[in-house]
Amino acid sequence: MSALLRVENLRTYFHTRSGIVRAVDDISFSVGEGETLGIVGESGSGKSVACYSLLRLIPQPPGRIESGEARFGDCDLLHCREEKLRAIRGNRISMIFQDPMSSLNPYLRIGEQVIEPLLIHKLASPNDAFDLGVAALREVGIQDAAKRMRSFPHEFSGGMRQRVMIAMALITKPELLLADEPTTALDVTVQAQILELIRRLQQEHGTAVIFVTHDIGVVSGFCDRVLVMYAGRVLESGPTAELFYEPKHPYNQALQRSIPALHERGAELHTIPGAPPDVTQPIRGCPFAPRCEFAEEKCITSEIALKEVTTGHATACLRVQLGEIDLTPAAVAGE
Amino acid sequence: MLRFIAIRLAQAIPVLFVVATLTFFMLKLAPGGPFSAEKSTTPEIQKQLEAHYGLNKPLFSQYLTYLGNVVKGDLGPSFKYPNRTVNELIGQAFPVSAELGFWSLLVALSLGLSAGIVASLRPNTLTDYIPSGLAMVGICLPIFVLGPLLVLVFALKLEWVRVSGWDDWIDRILPALTLGGFYAAYIARLTRGGMLEILSQDFIRTARAKGASPARVVLRHSLRGGLIPVVSYLGPTVAGLLTGSFVVETIFQIPGLGRYFVTAAFNRDYTMVVGTVLFYAGFIIVFNLLVDLVLVRMNPKLSYE
Repeated sequence: MSALLRVENLRTYFHTRSGIVRAVDDISFSVGEGETLGIVGESGSGKSVACYSLLRLIPQPPGRIESGEARFGDCDLLHCREEKLRAIRGNRISMIFQDPMSSLNPYLRIGEQVIEPLLIHKLASPNDAFDLGVAALREVGIQDAAKRMRSFPHEFSGGMRQRVMIAMALITKPELLLADEPTTALDVTVQAQILELIRRLQQEHGTAVIFVTHDIGVVSGFCDRVLVMYAGRVLESGPTAELFYEPKHPYNQALQRSIPALHERGAELHTIPGAPPDVTQPIRGCPFAPRCEFAEEKCITSEIALKEVTTGHATACLRVQLGEIDLTPAAVAGE
Repeated sequence: MLRFIAIRLAQAIPVLFVVATLTFFMLKLAPGGPFSAEKSTTPEIQKQLEAHYGLNKPLFSQYLTYLGNVVKGDLGPSFKYPNRTVNELIGQAFPVSAELGFWSLLVALSLGLSAGIVASLRPNTLTDYIPSGLAMVGICLPIFVLGPLLVLVFALKLEWVRVSGWDDWIDRILPALTLGGFYAAYIARLTRGGMLEILSQDFIRTARAKGASPARVVLRHSLRGGLIPVVSYLGPTVAGLLTGSFVVETIFQIPGLGRYFVTAAFNRDYTMVVGTVLFYAGFIIVFNLLVDLVLVRMNPKLSYE
C-alpha cells in the first residue's frame, strides 16, 4: 500500500504560563490510500492535537509545531506555504469535529456551509454547487434535502448536524478525512448510525480516514490499523486485530481489560492505577512505567523508541522488545 | 414581520404618553416660569403673558389642552421665541443636528469598526494594544475636553479649519471628529469584544479547516455574529447622534436641536422642552425598532416574537 500521508517525528508543544506542554512528542505514522487509521488514547494523550497539527489548525500561539514532517503528495503539510495548505484544507484533506453543535456556524444557512468548500476551491459554479449540496445532504440521509438547505443549524438535532458536517467534509471528494472523535458527543444509537455512514461513504469514495477516538471499542470494528497514544507518544501501533489479540504493550493490554464486558455483569471494573504523567515535565524513559505492573529500573533509565517486533506491529515497550515478557490478550478482547 | 412592527408601534403610544406626562409635570415642579427672568416686565404684563399662553388656568386643564394639541401633531407655541411654534423650531434645528449626527456616525462607524476588527485579529499583540489603547483614551476623554483640544491644535495652531461656525463643509470636520470620536471608541471596544468572542468559537476552526482565507473567515463567518453587540448599541446611539449633542453644538456654535433643548430647559420654555423630549423619545423608539429588525435578520435564532 502506497502511503498517502507520511508523518515523521511530529512534535507539537504548547507554550503556556505554567510551562511547556508537550502535547505531541515525536510521533511518526503513515496512512495508506483508502486506509482507516485509528488513533486511540485517553484525554490529553495528544491524539486530537496530532490530528489538528496536520492541517496546522492548533491555536498558534500558544501552540507550536516544533519539529517534524507530514508528507502529503509533493507537499510537507507542516512547513508548506499558507496558501498551499489552504488549497489542501477542505479540498484534498477534510476534517470533522467532536462537537457538531458548535462546529457549524449558527449564523449561516446549512446549504451555504455545505457548499462552501466547493466555492472556496472553485470546484463548481454557485448554481451547480447548490445541486451538489442537495445531493450531498441526501447522501448522508437528510430528508427533504433541497428544503433543508435553507435551514439554520439550530433547527437540526446533534446527529443531523454531524451528518451535515460529514456531507460538508466529503463534498469535495477528499483523499483523506480527519475525524476527531466524531461520535463522542452523540447518543449511542446515533453514534452507530454515524459510524456506519462514515464507513459507507469511505468505501464508496475510497477516502482514507484518520479516526481519532478514546473509545477503543469503536476502533475494533472500524479501523484497519491502530495507533495507541499516551502522554504525547505512540506506545503501540499495528493492525487492529493483532492489537487486540496480541497486545505488545502493557498499556494496551490494561486498556482492553478496562472495557466493561456484558458477560461479567456485577464484577468490578478493571482500572489502571495512577494517573497519566504531567506532560509539562520532560519524561525520561517510558511514560507508562509509573503505572505499569511490569516496569523495571531500565524502563525509566533507558531511551524508549517504537520498534517493530512483528511485521507491521510496533511497540515502545522495552521489555517486550527484549522478549522478557509475553503479554496475553485480555479475555474480552474479541468483543 | 408587519405584525411585529405594528405591535411595536402600538406599544410606543403609551410610552410617549408617559414621557409627555412625566416631563410636563416635572417641569411644572421646577421653580420659576418662562417669564420670571424678564426683570423689566411689571406684574401686570406678566399676568397678561401668562393669560396669553394659558398659564393662569388650572394645571390639569393646561395638561389636557397640551395633550390634545400634541395628539393633533401641534407641539404648541414656544414661550421664549415669540410667535414661533415648537414645530417650527424643531423643523429648523433638527436638520442641522441630523447632519452633524450623520457625519459623526460615519466617523464613529468607520473608525470604530476598523479599529475593533484589527484589534480582535491578533489579541494581546501590538496591533491590539494600539487601537485598544486609543479606544480607552477616547472613552476616558470627555467631549468637552476633546473638542477644545482639537480646536486648539487644528484651528488655532495649524489654522487648517475655523474655530466654530456651520457654513462650509470644512466646518463639519472638527465637530464630527469630536462627537464621532467618542462613539468610535465605544464601538471599537464593542467590536473587539464581539469579534473575539466569535473568533474563538469552534465553527471558526471549521471554516479554516474548509480552506477559507483569513479574509473570508472574518467577513463571512465572524462579522455577522461579532457585530451583534455593536448593532444593539447603535439603536439609542443613532437616535442620540441625529437629535444632537448639546456639548458639541455649544463648543462649535452649531444651531442644532441639542442647544435649543438645553436653553429651553434653563428658560422654562415648557412646550419646547416637552416637545423636544417627545421628539427624541420618538426617535429612540423608531431606531430601537429598526435595530431589532436588523438583529432578527442577523441572528437566525431570533424570531418576531
